[in-house]
Amino acid sequence: MSGRLDRIGLLAVPALGFLAVIYALPLAMLLAKSVQGPEGFSLAEYRAFFADEYNIRVLMRTLRVAALTTVLAFVIAYPTAFAMSRAKGIWLTVFLVALVLPMSLGVVVKAFAWSILFRANGVLNSVLMGIGLTERPVRMLFTETALIVGAANVFLPFMVLPIYSVIRQLDSRLPEAAASLGASPWFRFTRVTLPLSLPGVVAGSAFVFSMAVSMYVIPSLIVGERQQNLSMLIARSFLFLRNEALGSTLAAILLAIAIVVVLGSGWLAARLGARR
Amino acid sequence: MTRADRFALGFSWIMGLACMVFLMLPIVITVVVSFTDSPVYTLPPPAWSFRWYAEAATRQGLWDAVLMSLNLATVSTAVSLVLGTLAAIAVARGNFPGREAIATFAVSPLMMPGLVVGVALLQFFREMGLRDAYASLLLGHVVITLPFVMRTLLAAMNAFDFSLIDAARTLGLSYPKAIAKVLIPNLAPAYLTGGLFAFLASMDNYPISIFLTDARNKTLPIKMLQYLEEQPDPSLAAMSSGLILLAILVLAFGARTVGLNRMIQG
Repeated sequence: MSGRLDRIGLLAVPALGFLAVIYALPLAMLLAKSVQGPEGFSLAEYRAFFADEYNIRVLMRTLRVAALTTVLAFVIAYPTAFAMSRAKGIWLTVFLVALVLPMSLGVVVKAFAWSILFRANGVLNSVLMGIGLTERPVRMLFTETALIVGAANVFLPFMVLPIYSVIRQLDSRLPEAAASLGASPWFRFTRVTLPLSLPGVVAGSAFVFSMAVSMYVIPSLIVGERQQNLSMLIARSFLFLRNEALGSTLAAILLAIAIVVVLGSGWLAARLGARR
Repeated sequence: MTRADRFALGFSWIMGLACMVFLMLPIVITVVVSFTDSPVYTLPPPAWSFRWYAEAATRQGLWDAVLMSLNLATVSTAVSLVLGTLAAIAVARGNFPGREAIATFAVSPLMMPGLVVGVALLQFFREMGLRDAYASLLLGHVVITLPFVMRTLLAAMNAFDFSLIDAARTLGLSYPKAIAKVLIPNLAPAYLTGGLFAFLASMDNYPISIFLTDARNKTLPIKMLQYLEEQPDPSLAAMSSGLILLAILVLAFGARTVGLNRMIQG
């Protein structure tokens, strides 16, 4: 019996072999290259990176924008996922279509559509002036706020879907039981519903953060070169400056952030799973 | 339901409806702009016309890129479905340590920064002496599509009752036959979902492809961004509207055959 099952394990070899050679090995080589100086191991590239104040600003901006994008996506997604879990029939279909259909519009076009909206003479400003919120056009394009709104828009489905799939499976009798025991609505939400839906929140947030921290097309079209993030710096150093040493170091730093997010969210998910 | 419950539910619905409007906004803008008469992107359009659809039809470079992307997405999704099926069976049924780690590893490319994977592949292929752009792109796109397939197939196979396979084998089917005749038809929704998301991810990938293309092998997102920089006219919006229509047809087909909720949940 165990012999047969062990042979089944061999079925994983093609996929794992492929990923080991065409994914893990290249990334490992990139990391190795970033700590290699002219004579052996060296952290000189990293020291140079962290000594430059501009780089620190780019790093901080990248992390801040990713964090705020994740928060905005969560704030919109959580009530939406909750409403979806109560929706039936045609309404559920409408929700699901609204989540999936935007994925068919390429990110290039989507980001460009946002840049049209945010222009000074764009629709958004006409609306704001029309309802009297502002007298003169507000500068929106090329601002960090515009970037966060656009990014949250693109990544939103990846926050809603994991939360929805967890909330949908929650036993609705649990909050009711808490209510019959005299728990207040706030207590029921913070002590019953929210903790039980946390695995979905962790999965969605990890997704959105890791995508937002490494986004390239969206900031290129909404904020442009003036407010670079790590990805834009990487692309620039490889494609325009031809500075591979700097590019590899930047790539290794972004990779390290992504690995921390993957491991951290995995650890959190395991802890949440164990607690249940 | 108490008043607080009704309030919470009402609030969720308002947020949900706002969220739908927010999500659909870029699509609405793209479609509206595609019917403009003006050569620049202005909203609302000064006059309506189909001229950018006619214009888009003549953009040979753009259509070459569409074909290139469709080709890459189809082949890489197909390869991923085969590799993913085998690996998911191994993880779901195998009896060896580290199966959790294998699953995490196989899904991890989803969360890796695309540009970094692209750079790493570029340097790796160069060192290996692989110069063919199509082959490099294809290998890169399997890395993009495989995690989407693995994620849905793993979830589906963990919920699948494998005693059905044993039953099929008792009835005389070989193991591969039992997989093909029992497992795969039973998991059709997961195949459709995983395949669809993988396909879309490949079609839409910019950051990995940008490092692996050459002048002759340009994928759609790369060509689109180049167009926006060189001659930003609404023909791009017209073409995107065509692709949206295609997606609506695929979704309608999926909804008819397996149901939208099952399709999206896997």
